[in-house]
Amino acid sequence: MKKTYKIEVDCANCANKMEEAAKKTAGVKDAVVNFMTLKMNVEFEEDADVKAVMKEVLKACRKVEPDCEIYL
Amino acid sequence: MTRKQKKMLMRIVAALVIVIVLLLLPLKGWLQFGLFMIPYFVIGYDILLKAAKGIRNRQIFDENFLMAIATVGAILLGDYKEGVAVMLFYQIGELFQSYAVGKSRKNINELMDIRPDYANLEQEGELVRVDPDEVAIGSIIVVQPGEKIPIDGIICEGRTTLNTSALTGESLPQDVETGAAVLSGCINMTGVIRVQTTKEFGESTASKILELVENSSAKKSKSEHFITRFARVYTPAVCYGALALAVLPPLIMLLCGRDANWNEWIYRALTFLVISCPCALVISIPLSFFAGIGGASSQGILVKGSNYLEALAAVNYVVFDKTGTMTQGVFEVTELHPMGMTKEALLEWAAYAESYSTHPISRSIRNAYGKELDAARVGEVQEIGGHGVLAQVDGRTVAAGNAKLMRRQKVAYEECTGIGTVVHLAVDGVYAGYLLIADTLKPNAKEAVAQLRQLGLSRLVMLTGDAKNTAEAVAAELGISEVCSELLPADKVVQVERLLAEKPAKARLAFVGDGINDAPVLSRADVGIAMGALGSDAAIEAADIVLMDDDPLKLAQGIRIAKKCIRIVYENIYFAIGIKVACLILGAVGIANMWLAIFADVGVMVLAVLNAIRVLFVRKKKA
Repeated sequence: MKKTYKIEVDCANCANKMEEAAKKTAGVKDAVVNFMTLKMNVEFEEDADVKAVMKEVLKACRKVEPDCEIYL
Repeated sequence: MTRKQKKMLMRIVAALVIVIVLLLLPLKGWLQFGLFMIPYFVIGYDILLKAAKGIRNRQIFDENFLMAIATVGAILLGDYKEGVAVMLFYQIGELFQSYAVGKSRKNINELMDIRPDYANLEQEGELVRVDPDEVAIGSIIVVQPGEKIPIDGIICEGRTTLNTSALTGESLPQDVETGAAVLSGCINMTGVIRVQTTKEFGESTASKILELVENSSAKKSKSEHFITRFARVYTPAVCYGALALAVLPPLIMLLCGRDANWNEWIYRALTFLVISCPCALVISIPLSFFAGIGGASSQGILVKGSNYLEALAAVNYVVFDKTGTMTQGVFEVTELHPMGMTKEALLEWAAYAESYSTHPISRSIRNAYGKELDAARVGEVQEIGGHGVLAQVDGRTVAAGNAKLMRRQKVAYEECTGIGTVVHLAVDGVYAGYLLIADTLKPNAKEAVAQLRQLGLSRLVMLTGDAKNTAEAVAAELGISEVCSELLPADKVVQVERLLAEKPAKARLAFVGDGINDAPVLSRADVGIAMGALGSDAAIEAADIVLMDDDPLKLAQGIRIAKKCIRIVYENIYFAIGIKVACLILGAVGIANMWLAIFADVGVMVLAVLNAIRVLFVRKKKA
């Protein structure tokens, strides 16, 4: 399953770091962050609980970039 | 400016004012040092905080860390004025970058602004303004002048002029009236229309296009991947490099028994750090692609990902489908050869003889005649399959059909060598001449081929299911030398695979089709381009690049945009890395000071961003 989220982040490098962090989160098959459109496309694993996974993604992103925001 | 940006601006102004005042005051020693720390913290507290957080979260090597180390180091060495200046200019650069990016983001979004906000739904004789999502198929909606059509549908009352430029990039308005199909995203310009919806909002053209553009971010280009990888290796590398620069030379000096000169080398290492910040690259590459995709969509060229923009710029082979791509896909009377009568008379006889037939060729003859047909003039009509028709018109027998019909009626006819379908005509057994009917070239097709050649494309190939002589004549007129004719849809895939095998490894092959029956070819080619895809969902799905209207010139335009975008991307990569490396070397040998370092960081970034924005402005080449 794929979902798109609106995000808030200040710099392009930080967006790359968020992408890395999201990719490494359990339950996420693939993630792409686009700094220009401020969107995060997340592809989830088959049996993932989307809401719980996204909470973890947000946590992981906050760790690499304290300023970021994902609008769930 | 956003609230965040305004706050930043206030901090910058405040810090600047304090610095200027301090410079004017006759202060010395520790007092001056202490006072200079005020603007330093005003301008840099968030950077220091972020750097601390980064260290705590084991995300050490980022630009906040670089700036914090560089400025704190400078202050400890006693160069506190420079430390404050570095922080100040860094923040000015960041603010500028954030403003420029926000501005171009807004510009590009405006170009693609086709999202309708509401629909005027007619309910029990009254108009209710609702969310377009809530409108069911078959509902009646009313669109006022100046409003966007929210949902695809058919006009059931009214006539108006539509501005389709947001969808197609075409600035010529389109006149529509009752019975016409209208697409969401068009702007109603002149009259009130009532529209019966034929699709749900989510399936309507505007929603489909927006979805496509928004998901275009999911596919990144090689250059973007390169920069991401580069930044990951680069930042730690320069940090260790700086550390080595600060420690190794003084140690070597000490071993040689000379003065270590620690301050000098640490200062150089700090300069090195300031120069090294990778933001110019990391910001300008995605920005260039984003501007490229945005600029292209404003021209009615939708690109599904920056990787396709990259591939489009490298296209060297273009394979065209003929019908619907280079030709109109509709038949038209192209030539009239009367014998013993005027052209008008020939056309009139033919139109009346063919008045009952629904065959596309008959329809094209009636269209060419253009006048209302008087049914009373036509008597008995006999259709002879594979030959043509025999009709009584004004009491005379008119035979209209191919050569076989003429032979059958024993009429001496003239052989025709023209391109297309021939309709011979005989009145009361006397040969009256022939009409030539052909699929006509699109108005800009020839110009499009010429422009593609100018762009340096090495091989243009046309594929078609048509007969050989027709195909070759069309190709000759267009200036395409290579044609494969009489192909079945499956043969087209075979031909494309053959060309893919023949092309040089770095060249890319683009296939251009109208999206009908060619989905397998579109997906097989390196870049599948669907043309005239407005309203055809299948083509939008299958293609990598979608040309919203059916103008073949858009193809050349698309390649120009892609080439410009890639050129700017490379300019930025070489320029940014080049300046950085040069300054790093100057910094290491001690020629560059903090001030040059600030230019290398902030200045290069500003220039790279401005250069990236240049992609948005593409000159429109007229036919």
